[in-house]
Amino acid sequence: MTTRIFVPRDAAARAVGADPVAAAIVDEARRLGLAVDVVRTGSRGLFWLEPMIEVETPGGRIGFGPMTAKDVPGLFANGQLPSAAHPLCVGRPEDIPFLKRQTRITFARCGIVDPLSLADYRAHGGYRGLERAKSLGAAATVEEVTKSGLRGRGGAGFPTGIKWKTVADTTADRKYIVCNADEGDSGTYADRMIMEGDPFLLIEGMTIAGFAVGATKGYVYIRSEYPDAIRVMERAVVLAEAEGLLGAEAKFDIEIRVGAGAYVCGEETSLLESLEGKRGQVRAKPPLPAHKGLFGRPTVINNLISLATVPAILADGAKHYADLGMGRSRGTMPIQLAGNVKHGGLFEAAFGLTLGEIVDDIGGGTASGRPARAVQVGGPLGAYFPRALFDTPFDYEAFTARDGLIGHGGVVVFDDSVDMAKQARFALEFCAIESCGKCTPCRIGSVRGTETMDKIIAGDRAEANLALITDLCQTLKFGSLCALGGFTPYPVMSAIKHFPEDFTRPRLAAAAE
Amino acid sequence: MPKAAAWDEAEAREIIRRHDGREGSMLPILHDLQAVFGCVPPAAVRLVADALNLTRAEVHGVVSFYHDFREQPAGRHVLKLCRAEACQSMDGERLAREVLDRLGLEWGDTTPDGHLTVEATYCLGLCACAPSAMLDGEPVARLTPASLQEIVREAGR
Repeated sequence: MTTRIFVPRDAAARAVGADPVAAAIVDEARRLGLAVDVVRTGSRGLFWLEPMIEVETPGGRIGFGPMTAKDVPGLFANGQLPSAAHPLCVGRPEDIPFLKRQTRITFARCGIVDPLSLADYRAHGGYRGLERAKSLGAAATVEEVTKSGLRGRGGAGFPTGIKWKTVADTTADRKYIVCNADEGDSGTYADRMIMEGDPFLLIEGMTIAGFAVGATKGYVYIRSEYPDAIRVMERAVVLAEAEGLLGAEAKFDIEIRVGAGAYVCGEETSLLESLEGKRGQVRAKPPLPAHKGLFGRPTVINNLISLATVPAILADGAKHYADLGMGRSRGTMPIQLAGNVKHGGLFEAAFGLTLGEIVDDIGGGTASGRPARAVQVGGPLGAYFPRALFDTPFDYEAFTARDGLIGHGGVVVFDDSVDMAKQARFALEFCAIESCGKCTPCRIGSVRGTETMDKIIAGDRAEANLALITDLCQTLKFGSLCALGGFTPYPVMSAIKHFPEDFTRPRLAAAAE
Repeated sequence: MPKAAAWDEAEAREIIRRHDGREGSMLPILHDLQAVFGCVPPAAVRLVADALNLTRAEVHGVVSFYHDFREQPAGRHVLKLCRAEACQSMDGERLAREVLDRLGLEWGDTTPDGHLTVEATYCLGLCACAPSAMLDGEPVARLTPASLQEIVREAGR
């Protein structure tokens, strides 16, 4: 009997050597004459264990990690199939606390199925959501999404159902579904994992959206930094077309488009400009994309995770999803632990865990073993949280109340070697590099802010310059057209507020110059 | 990475023609041109403008807006080092600085022999395995000074 061994083809797993491991397994099995079928999957999201391989046994899958090609021969000790005796055996993945504690809804299949097998997708509940949507009808489908309480997972947190209803209520010769897969926030990789690990989920979600609002064409705008995701998505679209799940019969088409390295294109109106073939400059709102979006037509533009969560909401009912979470943050959020953290990975859980639980319990503290000093939540435009705020629950409103945001769910941990003045400077510099140039506060304010922060770091009239930065941040916050300029004050001001000692410290390097 | 082809107007026209009738085809065209010629050559700007019924200024505006599009081909290999926060938290900046200093380059520069271009990138989505980089489109992560030096040495050959 052929034994299946699962090896992730996720880009992060490949980046730490999954391909040579897969090749070594094939070689070793052939050498020993064992019947082994290597299946490439997505990642389970336990990245500190990657490359983590899984061997199918009668008692379920058994995991081994982090593997290298050198560990493979030891796996087949005595010419047998891998056993739990191997030093890298981690047991059943489902029993690893990091995975066991999760509530996997959006990521239920990721890391388990062959991403490019429609049979696998169906066998694991795929297309149940679309079937139910069809049986409910378009209007009831929108209603179901509204009732689930699903909010935009890109960060803005706008109710997805209301966005859909707005588009459904328009009349137009054409409407579009646009998936924002321009996942540019540092510390985030949830979109990438779905595209590489469960691409049909996104295709199903977009198809449901198209059915619900009366759109026949969808675009997935993927950042160019994700070549693996682009390849898998393009292939998945071809496979879905071949089975009539996309195309004329399905009354819905999907086209994959590739960005070109502009962070600002993650902003929805900038993304639409880019799709139209223009500079990715932000549009003033109104009109909303729901009324006048892509090519001037009503457009649903959603974050990838929002769309990828819709199939489960439809399949199992809105209530099932809405029962999870806290306050107005319903359902689950894929929290992405990153940076200097011991157990980095994707943790899908109902809203409501505190930041401290996420960083200390789930993440296991820092990778360096030094104390965690600052945590940036929500990407480069998110605030830095000190340990004193570790009691903040992971929830849209709770983070807003503490001058932060959860954004797309990225949590980047820094240990006590971090220099917060440098981090604040980086936030401004990043804004300057990525500004689309349309509005003055962002285009010029970011440059002047970087220069002023340089003065502070050099110890030049720190107090007066900090007052200037504070004033500038007010202008950025209230005068910018979009979140790039508007939210850059979050990391800057949170660093100044919570870590003031880093901004007034005598600088040895500066003094020496 | 395949060597960039020399400018060939007929080939460029053919690349552009393949996108006839496609909505918003500017970025796909520019990506395809760059895949063949290693950059978007100034001569191509006029052809794209003609095909899309735009001014050359509009096309140039798009080419220059996006970090990905080049007006000159890069070196034979392109190493993109992540400079975003997750990699910063794992000392990525120091690692990057060492590489640049050893090669005598600044961000975006190419070694004098044309073998290697080193560019900054802001997030590759490999943030739980920081610091990370991409060599000719292939991801590498959990970089150490030694592993990065090995990558640079291989690419510089």
